[in-house]
Amino acid sequence: MKISFPHMGYSYIALKWLVENLGHECIVPPEPSKRTLDLGVRHAPEFACIPYKILMGTYLEVAEMGAELILSSGGRGPCRAGYYWVMHRYLLEELGLDVKLIAFEPPLNDLKGFFKTIHWLRKTGGRSVKEVLNALEVTWEKIKALDDLELCSHETRPYEVNRGDTTRALWKGLDMVDQANTLAELAEARHEGLRLLESVPRDNSRNPLKIGIIGEIYVVLEPAANHYIQIMLGEMGVHTDRSIYLSAYTRNNTIVNLEGDIKAMARPYLNADTIGGHGVNSVAETVLYAKHGFDGVVQLAPFACIPEIVAKGILPTISQEYGIPVLTIFIDEQTGKAGVQTRLEAFVDLLQRRRENKAKSERLAI
Amino acid sequence: MKGFLGVDVGSVSTNIVVVDADGKLLVDRYLRTSGRPIEVVQQGIYDIGKELAGDVEILAAGTTGSARFLTSMIVGADVVKNEITAHAVAASNIVPGVRTIIEIGGQDSKIIILRDGVVTDFAMNTVCAAGTGSFLDQQASRLLIPIEEFGNYALKAKNPVRIAGRCAVFAESDMVHKQQLGYNTEDIIAGLCEALVRNYMNNVGKGKEILDPIIFQGGVAANAGLVQAFNHYLNTEVTVPPYFGVMGAIGAALLAKDIYAKKGSTNFKGFNLRDIKYVTTSFECKGCSNACEVVQFYQNGELLARWGDRCGKWELQID
Repeated sequence: MKISFPHMGYSYIALKWLVENLGHECIVPPEPSKRTLDLGVRHAPEFACIPYKILMGTYLEVAEMGAELILSSGGRGPCRAGYYWVMHRYLLEELGLDVKLIAFEPPLNDLKGFFKTIHWLRKTGGRSVKEVLNALEVTWEKIKALDDLELCSHETRPYEVNRGDTTRALWKGLDMVDQANTLAELAEARHEGLRLLESVPRDNSRNPLKIGIIGEIYVVLEPAANHYIQIMLGEMGVHTDRSIYLSAYTRNNTIVNLEGDIKAMARPYLNADTIGGHGVNSVAETVLYAKHGFDGVVQLAPFACIPEIVAKGILPTISQEYGIPVLTIFIDEQTGKAGVQTRLEAFVDLLQRRRENKAKSERLAI
Repeated sequence: MKGFLGVDVGSVSTNIVVVDADGKLLVDRYLRTSGRPIEVVQQGIYDIGKELAGDVEILAAGTTGSARFLTSMIVGADVVKNEITAHAVAASNIVPGVRTIIEIGGQDSKIIILRDGVVTDFAMNTVCAAGTGSFLDQQASRLLIPIEEFGNYALKAKNPVRIAGRCAVFAESDMVHKQQLGYNTEDIIAGLCEALVRNYMNNVGKGKEILDPIIFQGGVAANAGLVQAFNHYLNTEVTVPPYFGVMGAIGAALLAKDIYAKKGSTNFKGFNLRDIKYVTTSFECKGCSNACEVVQFYQNGELLARWGDRCGKWELQID
């Protein structure tokens, strides 16, 4: 079977490997482009948010490339994105396309359903249980390696001497992870990729500002949807840390996973366990970044995203209590990056001045 | 005399100023960009040079606005700054102690919050341009009223009608509807001003701590009707500085002055820009799937700079 899935950052490298090792052919989704958006906008309801439109466009593109099955994800809570796959399925049917769409619900919600789908993919692909278990393990390790390399690139970029060196080193590393087929090869690729990033010429005399990136999962994870904001900020000399990594649940080197109960952090400001999407997380993560000494926070939200709008209403209070500036950027169909660049530059100016003033008053206090 | 040049090239207007060593405005130009930033800047700087007639030596130049990068290549700028920082610098120099800046330009509107002369917060309209200069321009020409007169009509209103201000498209249909019902033009224009202020406060002003003194600047500050509507809504007096239309350019000039103090030299190419031939071309890089559009900038046939690529492969800048 020819299988495809949504494009989300660099995860396609791991998912491609999984599909192929379940015994199927993979149609790798193209990075979301202007064409993806055009296709998505043409067939989506006007009021749907940008993740819906980009996914719709991606599905139409992979269908064109011959995909017979698209694997997507569901979701829990009141955010409408959890039902997008149902809408997408109707639309694909309506357009008369011969492509099936199935969604994985979060394993915590529906463990049985999750394994049933995997089992079915295994049987149709003609693989043994052992082979599939191995494939799942390697895939997971790949996801972790991809995240490791990306994390390292965001730490390295603000120090780079020649613009673009870090990004090019990262691409080479990702390519090596892509080529690895066993756990041993993967470990080597990861190691070699990190080494490449570490050997990027650096100016260690810099003291980069630190900005946390929070918001809705799709626009946070897909650089093509957020104007490559982490690369843009990195090249302005800012170290960014983002709140969401696919492998985050198992790692202890991302800020957001250092503290236990994220909902408890949000509770003083928002006494509800879920308002859908990543709304509660955005509130809690702002507190977290402030506590970890970050200079500022950028919130990424799809235009009209209710969970993020609720969070946005709460953020000024946190911003004031903890003294951490927050910039909200709404993402919609515009592709011009000049507006985003202007806001980010001004935000970086603001943070820089704050830092200088703080240093000055601390010197005075001594 | 010594002076510093500031150029602000925005979507609608191009502003050029020269300030002296004390930051005092010597000369200013407010021009229409008309979609031809390169020629407008060339001509504008030439004209300013003529007006100053060799009396002023430019020690440094700064650019700002959405075309700041392109403009910096044309004039040879020493500092390139985003318009938010530039506006804040100008405002806090002209009105010391300012704590809130309301800035409405051709296509964007922003709010800047300062405390002790430092920007502490700001917001800029995101996906909606309702209430900016372009919309007012459009409505003025629809009503056959010169834009300069537009605000004065609002001042004559006795009973402003309510207009939905959330979206420019709906505001327009609301206005048409009220016209057809027979309301007079003055009341409708005043209603529109109030709607725009409401929209501004709910959109960019949301969640911001707005404290006196408040400055209202940008091209739209020329509109007396909007000034009145802001006073009414905020229940205080907003100050419109004398050079409200060219504050961004003043900010750029002041920033150039700061840079000169550190650097002591300039890249400024002189006032005689009119004789230089600037050409830009672009091509799509085929190196990877990103297909970046790379811009090439030529001065008298010589390649001076290249930008627009994401990976840095084509990037080139000759000082």
